Amino acid sequence: MYTFSSKLKTLSFILMAVGILGIGYGFYTAPKDIQEVEALLASESHGGHGEAKHEVSAEAGAAHDATESHNVAAADKKVEDSKVVMPVETDTAKVMNETTVAPVEVISKINREKHVVNAEEEHAEHLNHVLHQLQNKPWAAFYVACIFFMLVSLGVLAFYAIQQVAQAGWSPVLFRVMQGITSYLPVGSVIFFIILLLSGFHFNHLFVWLDPAVVAADKLIANKAGYLNFPFWIIRAAIFLIGWNLYQYYSRKNCLAQDEANDNLNYKKNFNISAIFLVFFIVTESIMSWDWIMSIDPHWFSTLFGWYVFSSFFVSGITVIALVTLYLKSKGLLEHVNTSHIHDLAKFMFGFSIFWTYLWFSQFVLIWYANIPEEVTYFITRIEIYNLPFFTAVAMNFIFPLLILINTDFKRITWVLVMAGVVMLLGHYLDFFLMIMPGTVGDRWFIGVSEIASILFFLGLFIFVVFTALTKSPLLPKRNPFIDESKHFHY
Amino acid sequence: MSNKVIYAIYNDDDILMDAVKQTRAAHHHIEEVFTPFPVHGLDKAMGLAPTRLAICAFLYGCVGLSFATWMMNYIMIEDWPQDIGGKPSFSYIENMPAFVPIMFELTVFFAAHLMVITFYMRSRLWPFKQAENPDVRTTDDHFLMEVAVRDNEEELISFFQSTGAVEVKVIDKH
Repeated sequence: MYTFSSKLKTLSFILMAVGILGIGYGFYTAPKDIQEVEALLASESHGGHGEAKHEVSAEAGAAHDATESHNVAAADKKVEDSKVVMPVETDTAKVMNETTVAPVEVISKINREKHVVNAEEEHAEHLNHVLHQLQNKPWAAFYVACIFFMLVSLGVLAFYAIQQVAQAGWSPVLFRVMQGITSYLPVGSVIFFIILLLSGFHFNHLFVWLDPAVVAADKLIANKAGYLNFPFWIIRAAIFLIGWNLYQYYSRKNCLAQDEANDNLNYKKNFNISAIFLVFFIVTESIMSWDWIMSIDPHWFSTLFGWYVFSSFFVSGITVIALVTLYLKSKGLLEHVNTSHIHDLAKFMFGFSIFWTYLWFSQFVLIWYANIPEEVTYFITRIEIYNLPFFTAVAMNFIFPLLILINTDFKRITWVLVMAGVVMLLGHYLDFFLMIMPGTVGDRWFIGVSEIASILFFLGLFIFVVFTALTKSPLLPKRNPFIDESKHFHY
Repeated sequence: MSNKVIYAIYNDDDILMDAVKQTRAAHHHIEEVFTPFPVHGLDKAMGLAPTRLAICAFLYGCVGLSFATWMMNYIMIEDWPQDIGGKPSFSYIENMPAFVPIMFELTVFFAAHLMVITFYMRSRLWPFKQAENPDVRTTDDHFLMEVAVRDNEEELISFFQSTGAVEVKVIDKH
């Protein structure tokens, strides 16, 4: 049995406390209304960059004035022309003349006023836009970290189910580690579901299509309302989360029952529910990626998005298995786990990093190559506004593991694996950051207090839940039919 | 001095592995082992150095990647940068996504083919090569260990008979 080391427990509490403080600070400093945003933008424009912007807008304003006066002149000229054409002698004509002249002047005045109003409206609209982005920032930071950690444990659950169904001979010694990690899933699901509910009750603007005013003004979104509407969306979410958690619960229960049993009935049950789960998982995973990530940008769509999201959290899940295994091994708690098991996990990390890159590139290159405006804006935003994180994610998730984990000997060295694993996890966090942030905060992104605090909070919670769960059952399954093979596995 | 070798023939890979370990422990020099199929762990038991073929393949892959990059940069960007369907041919990086499939394939092509050719050259395999088979049964169901004889012929014969060999022969090699 594993006992939760008090140091690690303290660390997890500190992480959660620091995280909560940071998250609170993020929400506290988010602007409350338009005035604050105006003050913020004014203070921003004092910098050199802002001044340049100012000049440009002043110039644009001047140009606008010029065209406006030109329009007025043209209108006057027209009036003069009409004068010439009209019969001058008659009184009625004079009257008509006066009447025609007057409205033109009025119109131009109205135009001028309207223009001022338009500029003001535009400014207000801009402020409102920035306000939404800034108010979204702490929410989005929380959302990214929440969905990332929840999906990591879901990725481990999928890996675990595959190992069961494939009757893998090497992994049963790691089953309890995987069950420990997936025990985060119920906790993460509850928090995540609460965020979805809060979004539905308009506490934030993470999903624009949840705002009825936006839907009314946007035909494209309105056309998707049959799918993207709050009740259907939240019911889907509930079904998915409940389905995954049921598998998590029963598969662990059966695995523990198998330890005490005299036959393999529980093992067979686990085999069956794992196979059913995998079918359920691949359908729900795909829909989940549309609902929770792709609908952040409701104008955009991509067919391989579900697979892409899957590859990202699946490789993160395998990395977490490797890191937790290495930690427990370093404490001397996993006597039957040898470097060959570690080597296998490292191969999976390597292989699925390449798989992620393959899907990332496939999605990118197809859209880049065809360059259809309705699709390509997705990447234009990311490359122009998120240039550094966008390409850093590829370096961290592809080039780094490619060069490090390609070597057979390196795959058995603990510190190399820990380093590669940490870089890959950060890289995949960045990947989720890039999926969600451009649609919620746009060019107002920054990896600051809100983002880091959210990661720390969920990291602390993850460590606490996972290692608490690990203390609840022995780290070696007793009567798994493949456990002996797994103990003697070597490669 | 005549060039004598001992052929110790076995009919089971487990017995062969044990024999190899005993021979190594007794410090007899194993010239070669012939088997009809790969015996897992035999190279380790014989103390053979690990292969460096994978390192070769990695370097060949780098060559392939460089070749693809150079070729397409020269053709598409430097030599005749046409506008083909609006693709940006101003610099290599701007049009790189379109080149990636070729870069990938050439990397794999170079890595795979040059590694295979390296393997053939290092293991001296080619068409019309004279087979170096000491005993035809080793391609079917027998295992043969070849050990050099100095002046300890009698000792070696009794040693190999004790390791479970089904046949021990002394051969004058050329």
